[in-house]
Amino acid sequence: MKRIYSVLVENRSGVLFKVAGLFSRRCFNIDSLAVGETDSPDVSCMTVVSSGDDRTMEQIEKQLNKKIDVIKVRTFGENEAISRELMLLKVKYNKSNRAEILEICDIMKADIVDMSKSQLMIQICDVPERTRVLISMLSSISIVEVARTGTLALPKCVD
Amino acid sequence: MIGADSIVKCLEEEGVDVVFGYPGVAICPFYNSILNSDIKTVLIRTEQNAAHAASGLARVTGKTGVCAVTSGPGATNVITGIATAFADSIPLIVITGQVNSSLLGSDVFQEADITGAVESFVKYSYLVRDADDIPRIFKEAFHLAGTGRKGPVLIDIPIDIQNAPTARFKYPETISMRTYKPTVKGHAVQIQKAVKALNHAKRPIICAGGGVHLAGACDILRKFSEKYSIPTVHTMMGKGALPSAYKLNYGMVGNNGKPYANRAMNESDLLIMVGARVADRAISQPDIIFDNKTLVHIDVDPAEIGKNAKATIPIVGDADSILNEMYDGEILCDTSEWIETLEEYRKTMYPKRNPNPKYVDPCEFIRRLTEKMEDDSIYVADVGQNQIWSCSNAVVKNGQFLTSGGMGTMGYSIPAAMGAKYACPDKQVVAVCGDGSFQMSLMELATMRQHNIQGKIIVMNNGYLGMVREYQHYTYKDHYSVVDISGSPDLSKIAEAYGFKYLCLENMDNCNEVIDDFLDSSDSVLLELNIDPMDLVK
Repeated sequence: MKRIYSVLVENRSGVLFKVAGLFSRRCFNIDSLAVGETDSPDVSCMTVVSSGDDRTMEQIEKQLNKKIDVIKVRTFGENEAISRELMLLKVKYNKSNRAEILEICDIMKADIVDMSKSQLMIQICDVPERTRVLISMLSSISIVEVARTGTLALPKCVD
Repeated sequence: MIGADSIVKCLEEEGVDVVFGYPGVAICPFYNSILNSDIKTVLIRTEQNAAHAASGLARVTGKTGVCAVTSGPGATNVITGIATAFADSIPLIVITGQVNSSLLGSDVFQEADITGAVESFVKYSYLVRDADDIPRIFKEAFHLAGTGRKGPVLIDIPIDIQNAPTARFKYPETISMRTYKPTVKGHAVQIQKAVKALNHAKRPIICAGGGVHLAGACDILRKFSEKYSIPTVHTMMGKGALPSAYKLNYGMVGNNGKPYANRAMNESDLLIMVGARVADRAISQPDIIFDNKTLVHIDVDPAEIGKNAKATIPIVGDADSILNEMYDGEILCDTSEWIETLEEYRKTMYPKRNPNPKYVDPCEFIRRLTEKMEDDSIYVADVGQNQIWSCSNAVVKNGQFLTSGGMGTMGYSIPAAMGAKYACPDKQVVAVCGDGSFQMSLMELATMRQHNIQGKIIVMNNGYLGMVREYQHYTYKDHYSVVDISGSPDLSKIAEAYGFKYLCLENMDNCNEVIDDFLDSSDSVLLELNIDPMDLVK
């Protein structure tokens, strides 16, 4: 089972190390980890996607809450949140496959953000599942390199 | 005024009496400033023991222990002491010197990333970057170390920050930490549930852990148990929370505990765990043991509840406060039949030993020793077979029993006893160790001599790392590997060299006289016991 942890932390040096260290020391999985400042410059938001049994999931939340630099922990399932991942992907192209690449990008709603005579850079911002689909669709074409942000997520809007 | 003066002022504000430590260049400004203070310093012989001594002091006074060491190897040496305190939730402030701020990260002489290295053994750590932050950081650090689930806090201070001029000293009166608010008072609904469950219980039992000591809940635990006639057992860290002679104390549980204590816990229908982690040495198969009973788990750390065992009724908060509230709840449960059963177990399930008369029987020796010890004495057990013999046989009256329970750090007893004796010079403090653990800490005999701290040390000498030998005896059928510790020094000469009186007990013949001699001695004294190398704890 996958679970998303949205962790507000003090924006201080060493906090990422402390949170990531907690996961490794207690053998918790990190499927994805994304960090960025929030609207308040002294608070960062870490979005961690993890998986494991119920007891592990409960422990992750409790252990995160014990960290002195952690302000707030929220946890939700994938269905309860809007999640996105940004991916940049560079491929080699030639005349014979260019049209196919463009078609895949079109279907996947991915953009071409840079190009040279032999390479294209593709950007996609979508749910993590769709970024994986794009990789698999392009895997038969020569992928040069890939960079992904990891999952970002917020719980769905409520009134 | 410079940063170092500010550090000393903070320690004064916190009521610190003594700092255990070892200087080096990177902590010299601090050790220079402390000369202007009434705070005493004790020069320990290796840094690990500075943390152990501070731990001993913390455990007997309830105050936060303080140690201060230098950067690099000084800091890395203290790590085992920090990890030991962390495992047992002992409040410590560990001050480490650090290289000049501008050189941080460049691997200069005696630089070690100590805040990084100790991250998983501290409650929190600080790297001070501005001397003006020192008062706030110390205020927070003492607050963190001594509240909630207690533990060590490390403060790493670069030498230039110690030397930096700082504004007029003002110690903060309040703390504002938005992320740290430990729960003290237990949830009323949960406490009501526990009280109700007790009303239906036929075979309730309380298991007391080290958290009972840390919360200062020993008295209320006893009153609660007495008022409702609820039998008790304890973990290794919970030893001494209730006097050994208390009629409803059925002793230590766990793989080294009393068979009848384990049986009592297994057969109970309602178990109140107080300040205990349900760790593997106490309860090896929690899922099976707790399957047929209601588990009320009281702990100040919410992460301990449900970590190793699923609690039916979790109660987060301070054990003292929660037990007080439960004490006031009207509980009607008749446990007379249950207690009769337990008394029967206690009579019939006593493990039988066949001690070799040529040697000292450690179990009988510890019983006699502790019976003769003063009412409020402090017994410090080391790690190894001696620890198990001590836990199983030491009679605790109204004193304390200290040991390294969570980490099982060999060499703990001598420095911890030294810290305890320093803090309580009028109490009888006895350290009991093996020949292995003694040699891990024997350098502290010099510290005791230098600082006039009376040492009463018992060495159970069997020429083996006995606990591991015993394990190899069972697991590898006496195929011994690296457990023979012959070549040890003549302890009578060690005693003489360090100015200790030396006593020796060959067998049980004159046991009582030797114990009297040992306890009555006003000098530091080292007592060597001749233990059968093949003796077992089981």
